[in-house]
Amino acid sequence: MKRLLLSLFLWLPIYAHAALNVFACEPEWGALAREIGGNAVKVYTATTALQDPHRIEARPSLIAQMRRADLVVCSGADLEAGWLPVLLREAGNARVQPGLPGLFEATRFVALLEKPASLDRSQGDLHAAGNPHIHTDPRNLARVGAALAARMAELDPSSAAVYQARWKDFSTRWDAAIARWQVRAAPLRGLPVAVQHKSFSYLLAWLGMKEVVTLEPKPGVEPSVSHLARVAAQLQATPARAVLRAGYQSPRPANWLAERTGIPALALPYTVGGNDRAQDLFGLFDDTLDQLLKLAP
Amino acid sequence: MLRPALAAAVLAAAFPAYADADLDALRAELKEMKASYEARIQALEARLQKAEDQAADAAAQSETAAQPTPASLASSSFNPDISLILQGRYANLDDIEHRHISGFVPAGHDHGAERGFSLDHTELVMSASIDPYFHGYFNLALLDDEVEIEEAWFQTSSLGNGLSAKAGRFLSGIGYQNEHHPHAWDFADNNLMYRALFGEAYGNDGVQLKWVAPTELFMELGAEAGRGANFPGTDRNANGVGSYALFGHLGGDVGASHSWRTGVSYLHAKASDRDGELEDINDVEAETLFSGTSKAWMADIVWKWAPNGNAREQNFTFAAEYFHRTEEGSLLCEDNTAAGGACTDREDAYRSRQSGFYAQGVYQFMPRWRTGYRYDWLDSGSVDLGANGAFLPVTDFNPTRHSLMLDFSPSEFSRLRLQYSKDKSMENLSENQWFLQYIHSLGAHGAHKF
Repeated sequence: MKRLLLSLFLWLPIYAHAALNVFACEPEWGALAREIGGNAVKVYTATTALQDPHRIEARPSLIAQMRRADLVVCSGADLEAGWLPVLLREAGNARVQPGLPGLFEATRFVALLEKPASLDRSQGDLHAAGNPHIHTDPRNLARVGAALAARMAELDPSSAAVYQARWKDFSTRWDAAIARWQVRAAPLRGLPVAVQHKSFSYLLAWLGMKEVVTLEPKPGVEPSVSHLARVAAQLQATPARAVLRAGYQSPRPANWLAERTGIPALALPYTVGGNDRAQDLFGLFDDTLDQLLKLAP
Repeated sequence: MLRPALAAAVLAAAFPAYADADLDALRAELKEMKASYEARIQALEARLQKAEDQAADAAAQSETAAQPTPASLASSSFNPDISLILQGRYANLDDIEHRHISGFVPAGHDHGAERGFSLDHTELVMSASIDPYFHGYFNLALLDDEVEIEEAWFQTSSLGNGLSAKAGRFLSGIGYQNEHHPHAWDFADNNLMYRALFGEAYGNDGVQLKWVAPTELFMELGAEAGRGANFPGTDRNANGVGSYALFGHLGGDVGASHSWRTGVSYLHAKASDRDGELEDINDVEAETLFSGTSKAWMADIVWKWAPNGNAREQNFTFAAEYFHRTEEGSLLCEDNTAAGGACTDREDAYRSRQSGFYAQGVYQFMPRWRTGYRYDWLDSGSVDLGANGAFLPVTDFNPTRHSLMLDFSPSEFSRLRLQYSKDKSMENLSENQWFLQYIHSLGAHGAHKF
């Protein structure tokens, strides 16, 4: 009965006013906005799980979508520095300019890891503010979600009740899921792994796993064969249980290493849409944990 | 004090069975202690984890409290983004005294082609938000004995409704390549079409108004008006508008892997005593002065492919542009009889209709490596010199060029390029050109347009 009332309530706004147009830079934020907004929002996701969020072309289709956005939800911390500023300038949309509530930067709402001590390009493609891949820790999604629900309510007061109700419902289910995942993930504590790019730092920190080596010699720099040979030697001394990579990253370095060292290469979904099972935020972490638990002793 | 311990030792020696029982008790006690400590350590760990989580939450909250609205996504400091582009090359070229494109009047702003090692433009770029209402951009090209302000403009960011206005000195929005600075070109030199039309690119001092339609299909309309001092116009001592331009673009995606943009542009410029150097029928250099109007139509298309839209591994870009230019007015061929030339300071009607295109494909076949091919073709069309036709030759030669390049980019900020061109842009000449080029960008290098 409660659910029926809620769903009736959720259907109402469609007839009351136009939906809030949300432009999500990455799939995880698109999924989060959909969870909070339901039918009261229209979400456009600018990138897919198979695309490298660092390197997106400022395509005309993205400018056209940016033009119509009421709210832009991005990771921030320079992750989109190569394309978002162009979209913001070219679209002529005054609602979503820097400094306005229409531009929501998720990394503002969590404490970032791996803030570089010094900034020099010789150290690779550094993010001055810290590692921007925050969504791989589900607790960060809860923090960002609370702020996002408040922001959506601020921009679209007529649906504020919907956003708050849906957020409450989601966060209850989400907190329960986090507790469940943490219990399941207990055997992963202390498990050593190698990563291709520092995409999973928050996930590993959450689960207490150990990152023993990164395949990229410097952030954003493609690993050469000679560098991979050094990594292989390092892995002889400090073994890892798997090499983790995101779906959009090239399988070659991890596979090369797998062949040499016998350490299995694991393609984690990384974000929503990263594989068949990761079709929503719950599926994303269910699948990630299932894959990781296969490594546990 | 010692006695009980001593007694125990003696007893232990005397009655081993009793000692064993005592040891078992001790072991059990130890085990219990260990278990209890482990439990306490676990409890402490849990509390620590909880405290860490709370600290992280608190940190995040304090951050949000400190910054209730997000600051700029593009840059996190108040300083403008500054970048410096270093560009240089080695060119292996024939020794040609007066490089030109046969059948076309030379456009201004051509830095020529130096042989051997040389430095290209060194570009200094600064940009930042001025305040919540404007964005500013500045691009300085540094050359020996020459500093040139390529762009210096501000653009509105708060008009909304898809509108944005720009004013100052800027590269015109016409065509496709026009807004790209040389460091963003896909080849070591300019295509023949832009060389014939503008020298390098069309820049103007003036205003631009752009509007993006609220549709899913990208639709953009733009209009510009300005001083019109650059080729094909000339600087003039006058109020009002010297040149204006109109352009429209359409664009979109086809599936996840393909994206495109196409456009039509029109440029109208006025020239007054525009200087040009041509060889007359006696092969003597003659100075010509053109006054009149220059109208150019341009059409462009760009098609980009990347598997699943992920350009990191492989991608392909095709770009082609076409132009048709009409110039009408009068031409004065200055007297060069003293040097053996044919011209006698005569001014008469002039009318030319010329066209051309370039088409290029650039393929990134593996990370960091790209190869590309470009074809240039110009039609010198019809040139009606009136009475000056008696002194100046008219050609029906069609300049062409094939270019092949290979470039390697160790990172997004550095690039090395090798290029070979078979250049037939001058009548009766077929030149093999080799270029070895580097392009490096220091500092906060801004994002590139599509």
